[in-house]
Amino acid sequence: MSLSINDVYKVARLARLGMSEQEAQTAHDQLSNIFGLIAEMQAVDTNGIAPMSHAQDITQRLRKDVVTELNQREQFQAAAPQAKNGLYLVPQVIE
Amino acid sequence: MQWEIVIGLEVHAQLSTNSKIFSGASTTFGAEPNTQACAVDLALPGVLPVLNRGAVERAIRFGLAVGAHIAQRSEFSRKNYFYPDLPKGYQISQFDLPIIGQGSLTIQVPTTTAGKTYKKVVRLTRAHLEEDAGKSLHEDFQGMTGIDLNRAGTPLLEIVSEPDMRSAAEAVSYAKMLHTLVRWIGICDGNMQEGSFRCDANVSVRRPGAELGTRREIKNLNSFRFLQQAIEYEAQWQIDTLEDGGTIHQATVLFNSDKGETRAMRSKEDAHDYRYFPDPDLLPLAIDNELIEQIRGTLPELPLSKQARYVTDLGLSDYDADTLTSSREMADFFETTLNEVPKEAKLCANWLMGDVSASLNREDRDITQCPISPQQLGGMLKRIADGTISNSAAKEVFKILWSEGGDPDTIIETKGLKQMSDIGAMEAMVDEIIAANPTQVAEYRSGKEKVFGFFVGLAMKASKGKANPAQMNEILKRKLAG
Repeated sequence: MSLSINDVYKVARLARLGMSEQEAQTAHDQLSNIFGLIAEMQAVDTNGIAPMSHAQDITQRLRKDVVTELNQREQFQAAAPQAKNGLYLVPQVIE
Repeated sequence: MQWEIVIGLEVHAQLSTNSKIFSGASTTFGAEPNTQACAVDLALPGVLPVLNRGAVERAIRFGLAVGAHIAQRSEFSRKNYFYPDLPKGYQISQFDLPIIGQGSLTIQVPTTTAGKTYKKVVRLTRAHLEEDAGKSLHEDFQGMTGIDLNRAGTPLLEIVSEPDMRSAAEAVSYAKMLHTLVRWIGICDGNMQEGSFRCDANVSVRRPGAELGTRREIKNLNSFRFLQQAIEYEAQWQIDTLEDGGTIHQATVLFNSDKGETRAMRSKEDAHDYRYFPDPDLLPLAIDNELIEQIRGTLPELPLSKQARYVTDLGLSDYDADTLTSSREMADFFETTLNEVPKEAKLCANWLMGDVSASLNREDRDITQCPISPQQLGGMLKRIADGTISNSAAKEVFKILWSEGGDPDTIIETKGLKQMSDIGAMEAMVDEIIAANPTQVAEYRSGKEKVFGFFVGLAMKASKGKANPAQMNEILKRKLAG
């Protein structure tokens, strides 16, 4: 599977990344290398091996259902670009 | 020409945990904005999600209640999209390996004949855990949107059905059954105004027997009435469009409840390219049989099993059984009442669905706020069953119990509501009536049987409503026959 320069622009747009032509070309070369590595790995015979969703074969521990976090709104909002009436303000988004 | 409507539902049920699915922030509804949004919910750098055991247990409870496969190993994935009510830039959800696999739900669908229903089995595709997003407030700020992240990270169980429903009525019955079930097993408060239970409906139409048509998804329906209206409007719109030679394009639509219309949302062609991938922050979730069996042991008797028992063991109709199991509280009330008068299931059902429900509705209360206890109601029904009071006297007792409380037997005694069963006294009354109304007696004896009602009225009046009607009728018939 080879990657086109348009694929790079599409992924960049989905990730909200602005890219110059030069940067897109660099990203294309780097991603193509990664794709090459994947192709190499695809060639390995994995018959009979269950796929893993995580690099380590361990499972997660669970947390007790208890409220442990206190209200720290003042501190958090002190770091926000804009906040009013307890709300974080962002440029208008209406779909 | 005929069209068939095909509906599948996705329901988001907020799980009733104390804390969020991946953080220790509170989930209480209605708090001041952002006072329950912690560093994890805000996606501050360096934070890591830790899964809430309470959310996992509730998902398993649901799986057991719908007879579904519970995955011994499931995984969490990132669903990527940019929206400010989701500060991470992705929602943690489940994709490839959901916690709950295929199950089924039996629904009772009302027909146009009052009291008549039919049963249908709706297959469930899956149910998976995910986090809710925050809320955007567009109104109050010029050119800006206010973000409240209190809801961000609230645990959701997304329950996905197969496209098995064929009418808006079936879809509503399914949603109602699911709503009853999640409250019944105590995993969701079901509060639709607060958004604890939200439905998305996938609707398509086709010629009977043809391949599935292209579906459009109606988002965020938060009442059963809107669900019904939106599906009916959408299906008719699709039928009209196809009959006019148009085609249906897959789309997400919103229901405008003021206009009663569905309307497509503007969307970019790649807006739904979510690029799911396993979340590297979360290891696979393992569930062992021990936990499953432990949870199975705490499940209450389910509505369907109660319904069947009410019909076969108690002789109630499907309709009665369905109504009495509309909530666990209702069923508990019914069964406790029945304990007082174990042979009178139908009497209990009639009073619960009649006077009790009507009085609750009038005062906008639910069964948990009923001023009469099941013991009080049962105590009164016992006196109807053993003939101590008539039905009309019972209504009197009921009114007093409702407004003043007290013990049914004491009320019957102090208000003198006991049914008259002194045959001699009743016979004397009837003799008097016959003597005082020779014209009507002659009419009756000449075959005008309608006059009988006139005598019943007089006799009941003479006894101040206390005569046992069956006994009084019998005496009247005997004496009038001459």
